[in-house]
Amino acid sequence: MTKIKRFPSLFRPQGGVDQSVLEQNKGLVDQISRRGLFRGTMSLGALTMLTGCEWGSDGSVEQGLLAVSRWNDIVQGAIFRPDHLAPTFSAAEVLKPPRFNAHYEIEDVKPVDGRTWKLEVSGLVNDKHSWSLAEMMSLPQQEMIIRHICVEGWDYVGQWSGVNLRQFLERVGADLRARYIAFRCADGYTEALDMPTALHPQTILATKYAGEPLPDPFGFPLRLRTSTKLGFKNPKWLTAMEITNTRPGTFFGDQGFNWFSGI
Amino acid sequence: MTAKSPGTTSGASSRLHPLPVRLMHWVNAATMFIMIGSGWKIYNDEVIFGWLYFPDALTLGTWAQHGLLWHFFGMWIFAINGLCYLTYGILTGRFRRKLWPISPRELIATVRDALRFKLGHDDLTHYNAVQKTLYVGVILIGMTSLLTGLMLWKPIQFSELLALVGNDFQFVRLVHFLCMAAICGFIVIHVSLALLVPKTLVAMITGGPRVPSAEPPVSPSLKPTGPS
Repeated sequence: MTKIKRFPSLFRPQGGVDQSVLEQNKGLVDQISRRGLFRGTMSLGALTMLTGCEWGSDGSVEQGLLAVSRWNDIVQGAIFRPDHLAPTFSAAEVLKPPRFNAHYEIEDVKPVDGRTWKLEVSGLVNDKHSWSLAEMMSLPQQEMIIRHICVEGWDYVGQWSGVNLRQFLERVGADLRARYIAFRCADGYTEALDMPTALHPQTILATKYAGEPLPDPFGFPLRLRTSTKLGFKNPKWLTAMEITNTRPGTFFGDQGFNWFSGI
Repeated sequence: MTAKSPGTTSGASSRLHPLPVRLMHWVNAATMFIMIGSGWKIYNDEVIFGWLYFPDALTLGTWAQHGLLWHFFGMWIFAINGLCYLTYGILTGRFRRKLWPISPRELIATVRDALRFKLGHDDLTHYNAVQKTLYVGVILIGMTSLLTGLMLWKPIQFSELLALVGNDFQFVRLVHFLCMAAICGFIVIHVSLALLVPKTLVAMITGGPRVPSAEPPVSPSLKPTGPS
């Protein structure tokens, strides 16, 4: 058997790599690898936190699927187009009344008293006073006729009006560099938005449907409507919002639905 | 290295189904179970046809959210594997050699022979016109299901795609469903025929007979079109 001569790679420098540069920058190199190790540990830690989820069995399959779902959050954040408007429709296409959906039946909706209702604002924000319905109605109003898409697969065209969320956040001096906005509702429901979605031109705090005050089952007196999220990410009967850098848990997200759920 | 086996005529030879093709085939087969099973779970939450619910035993995932988790996991494998397969098939010339051209006359003759159970399948390396049609068809349907899936997943971010079909979300949902139905139909035919001629199944595992690796495109007229 003939001995095979091993040729070095064509791209290998003739004289070998000059190692002295490594010696000269030893401190920097060590620091970088320490930082990388620290970061790696942090993300491993973040993955293990997923094991704290409530639903399903204790199996590793579910943990893996949830890790992919977190990855899908990142992908959706990356492909999100902050200024891209969703298609709008004509008033003739609006469904009246809209389609109801919640984790309970429409008969079990507990109406909110608009006279005593307040919207709490907290977190990374200057003006933390609570807003009455009259105050909300006194702000500039925006109307949009957009498609509502449910995670179940159905859709309808709805006509919503209310206060542009970006303008509201600017008015109350919210830190727009914060990452999330958490919402709490009169029925105990919780939801949250990433900041880019909150600042999208078609994200509003809605007070009206088809030109009339919101009917009770659809969120009176105030609900969120955004054109870039699935239906369940549009909480009804809002009572509180918090601007935060900590990713908020959400009613359906904690049950295994995708957190970002953009469309 | 030793000399080539005397049977091979020219240069290097490779298997009928090279290793990448076999890997991508079985990865895709497993992914189909994930996508169809979880898709049925998602479908059941809001059916398109009032008479059609998929039995829970056939669906993947405990509740709808688990079906969604499976579907949005499987989509990555389906998409990446599928794009690798398309790239491989185009760059190596495999599609051109194996799936093209499709002669309508041969297609009719092959269907006729198949219905009379007179189809010859001694030569695994040559696909008949029905096979070519089915394989090209299922590749196109797979691409359509990927595209409609993207439109359902991100109808606003990719609203330009949805605009091509008049912004009709439910139409896209129906097409996505019909792609699934067509793929199920393909699986039934494909698996039945593979079981009827088991050496085709073995070939997709072992690689099958050796063939010249750079086989020139053969004119269909030079090939016998079915048994005499």
